[in-house]
Amino acid sequence: MGYTPEMKELIKRVEASRPERVERARRGEHYPALSLEEREVVLNKFHPDYQQEGRRPVRVGPNKGQAFPEEVAGMLESRSMLRPERIDLSKVDFDTDVLIIGGGGAGTSAALMASQAGLNVIMTTKLRHGDANTMMAEGGIQAASQECDSPFYHYLDTIGGGHFTNQPDLVAALSHDAPLSIAWLESLGMMFNKLPDGRLDVRHFGGSSRKRMHSAGDMTGAEIMRVLRDEARNRRDLITTLEFCPAVELLLDEEGKCAGAVLYNMETREFFVARARAVILATGGFGRLHIKGFATTNHYGATMDGVVMAYRVGVGTNFLYSTQYHPTGVAYPEQNVGLLITEKVRGLGAHVLNIDGEQFCFPLEPRDVESAELIKEAVEKNKAVITPTGRFGLWLDSPMIDLLHGEGTVRKELPAKFIQFDRHGIDISKEPMLVYPTLHYQNGGIAINSAAATAIPGLFAAGETVGGIHGENRLMGNSLQDIITFGRRAGVSAANYASNGVELKKLTLDHVNKFEKELAEAGITNPLIAPILLPDYATDEVSSRRLMDAQMDSE
Amino acid sequence: MSDAQTAPAKSTPAQQVATGDRAILPEGAKTIPIYVMGKKYEVPETLTIMKAMEFAGFKFLRGCGCRGGICGACPTVYRKEGDYKLHFGLACQTVVEPNMYLAQIPFYPANRAGYSLDEIEPTAEAIFALYPELFRCVACNNCTKACPMGVQVLDYISALKQGDIAKAAKLSFDCIQCGLCASRCMGELPQYHIAQLARRIYGKYIQPHADHLAKRVAEIESGKYDEILGKLTEMSKDELAKLYKEREREPDLAPLGTWMPQDTQYL
Ligand SMILES: Cc1cc2nc3c(=O)[nH]c(=O)nc-3n(C[C@H](O)[C@H](O)[C@H](O)COP(=O)(O)OP(=O)(O)OC[C@H]3O[C@@H](n4cnc5c(N)ncnc54)[C@H](O)[C@@H]3O)c2cc1C
Ligand code: FES
Repeated sequence: MGYTPEMKELIKRVEASRPERVERARRGEHYPALSLEEREVVLNKFHPDYQQEGRRPVRVGPNKGQAFPEEVAGMLESRSMLRPERIDLSKVDFDTDVLIIGGGGAGTSAALMASQAGLNVIMTTKLRHGDANTMMAEGGIQAASQECDSPFYHYLDTIGGGHFTNQPDLVAALSHDAPLSIAWLESLGMMFNKLPDGRLDVRHFGGSSRKRMHSAGDMTGAEIMRVLRDEARNRRDLITTLEFCPAVELLLDEEGKCAGAVLYNMETREFFVARARAVILATGGFGRLHIKGFATTNHYGATMDGVVMAYRVGVGTNFLYSTQYHPTGVAYPEQNVGLLITEKVRGLGAHVLNIDGEQFCFPLEPRDVESAELIKEAVEKNKAVITPTGRFGLWLDSPMIDLLHGEGTVRKELPAKFIQFDRHGIDISKEPMLVYPTLHYQNGGIAINSAAATAIPGLFAAGETVGGIHGENRLMGNSLQDIITFGRRAGVSAANYASNGVELKKLTLDHVNKFEKELAEAGITNPLIAPILLPDYATDEVSSRRLMDAQMDSE
Repeated sequence: MSDAQTAPAKSTPAQQVATGDRAILPEGAKTIPIYVMGKKYEVPETLTIMKAMEFAGFKFLRGCGCRGGICGACPTVYRKEGDYKLHFGLACQTVVEPNMYLAQIPFYPANRAGYSLDEIEPTAEAIFALYPELFRCVACNNCTKACPMGVQVLDYISALKQGDIAKAAKLSFDCIQCGLCASRCMGELPQYHIAQLARRIYGKYIQPHADHLAKRVAEIESGKYDEILGKLTEMSKDELAKLYKEREREPDLAPLGTWMPQDTQYL
């Protein structure tokens, strides 16, 4: 398939400017980087996190008054899909020690630890076990495993990367547990990249003082996920996995302790009451909210469910206003839209260019600044390529890499990307790639302490759904580490709590009623219904024909 | 359903722009017919099977996970008109072609043997005992032909039959456990489960362990870093920023395990 004839015509402009640009690069001349003041300006005007346009204060709940992106605020101000008065909570369908909501890396780690303590675990998940962001992580996982490194330096790198905004006890927990997590994964039979003598192969990454990035090929997350999932399957005596059965609301008991959740079988559309002495939220991130219409790297079920449910029982969030956009997501071909193109491409010298083949920014600005510059070129300057499916794209001139470093460098240094594009008829060592910023990571989320406990007794949380570990900016490789560290901590904490004589009183959904009253008092008359569970990608034309929906709305 | 897919910001140009993952049909774009489980739909060319089906109005429940070619939720079988040949691919990675007849196989039943990794003997015999059907393989190679990841499935099965766990582990590393191999197997093998077992035995028992990691774990468990981590959590932003600026950086080209910083008090 490859590029269309129209796009090939445009590529000629890139080729025309290339010899001169390569010459300049050889002389070590760069497009000038922005000054700190200029960075401020472009960030404020174009970075979705800084723009005032599209954000607003949320009007209800624990974070009332704080400003969030419209899509996030809408979720926080949403109402339940349940009508509490119609649900008979005296009929308990599932009864367990620990209920884990979410079956990614954090949830599965928690399940393994809680079952290790001999407790019965139910793990519910929206899609299949392992259909999760964890599966998609390529790059690696951090831990201070080397002799020249220590938790001290892991702590410093992490909190410096987060502009010193991170919650200190969480960073301490992360850097303390990280080597333990790696050893645990090793003991579960994970295939890490190692030197022949068994030494873990580690690399530097943006913001590191030591080589601390461990990996398993270029599918580190997938290897973690499939090993954890396989182990959970081996422990079927204690761990019951319910697939396609998301939680839609938390249950409290009359004393305000968390006591389970209402589950929804998406296939049969039945609701179930699951009672548990302890509950762990591990529902992952919110990429599928497509904030400001951005494409995303996230999996299909990344819709912020955990935060929504926790918010309704009164658990607030930290840093939820902060979102990580990766500057170079794929814009073409359509089948790869939103997927990551590693920073390495720019590290190897590829320029970012507009429709006329002109440079407009320094290619190695910090991620947030780089993203803002690309957005500016597209929306303000109108200098982006529009793809056949109507997307913005800017050129990433990968063929420069072979010219600068010798024939074959692209293939050798970027094998996975080479294959991914080659599959669709694009040879990225000869033709440039089209890129645009993509929504990558939910920096903030549910507030927890270092034991992964929330403010509600019996409710724990771990993984991308929590906030504070990374502050306003996450370093690469710290997220895979945080899901193992806090997933394990949540499992242990929940097991301890559940084994210490918790007595559940009558179950209630009163918090849902209370929250809806608050919505009404705030004048929010037509709230969204959430968790939304799955995004809907039908065209407007199809939607307008969906009579069923029209009928349901008028109910 | 929600306003999750909001309209583009006001500053965008007037032309229609796709947002999120929703495909649009820009003016002048061509559509082609595809047959989803035998029923015809007109969809824009260049889309993946997954997005084309969504364009047509399907909302996935089964058969869609990562949307990025790594979770194995969306294996799809298709034929092209006038051709007997069956093709296999991932719906999220395969581009629609005119007149393709397709069906997704979101799930395929496959036998999985439970085991305890701590207690298992790290030998090929242990694998044979759990999966005696390994020897029902007739080497037809249908598994390899069906693999959307290009994994040499037959080769790793053969390696295992010969007792080479390490080779099977490495050959199967790119497996995304979509189950297409098992769906095509004459011997009814659950190849991907067998490969998972081989990889875990390899990772735990055959691949050499990291001694430096074991040492670090012992140090952490002895409480060696508790005090300094506690101090760090108490520090002001300025103190932290000072320490942050003073960090020495491990040289890129220093072979692993050879470099040591000047200041070793925090190691
Ligand atoms: C493409 C990509 C590359 C990445 N690369 C890296 C990297 O190199 N290094 C790194 O450290 N990090 C990386 N990350 C980030 C990291 O992978 C994730 O942040 C992390 O894996 C999240 O794990 P989790 O367990 O919290 O959530 P997930 O793995 O997303 O799991 C969440 C689970 O909860 C389920 N769920 C959701 N809602 C409900 C509900 N209502 N009820 C029941 N279940 C529900 C989901 O279906 C899913 O199973 C990457 C992320 C992406 C998307
Ligand atoms: S949806 Fe995950 S591989 Fe296609």
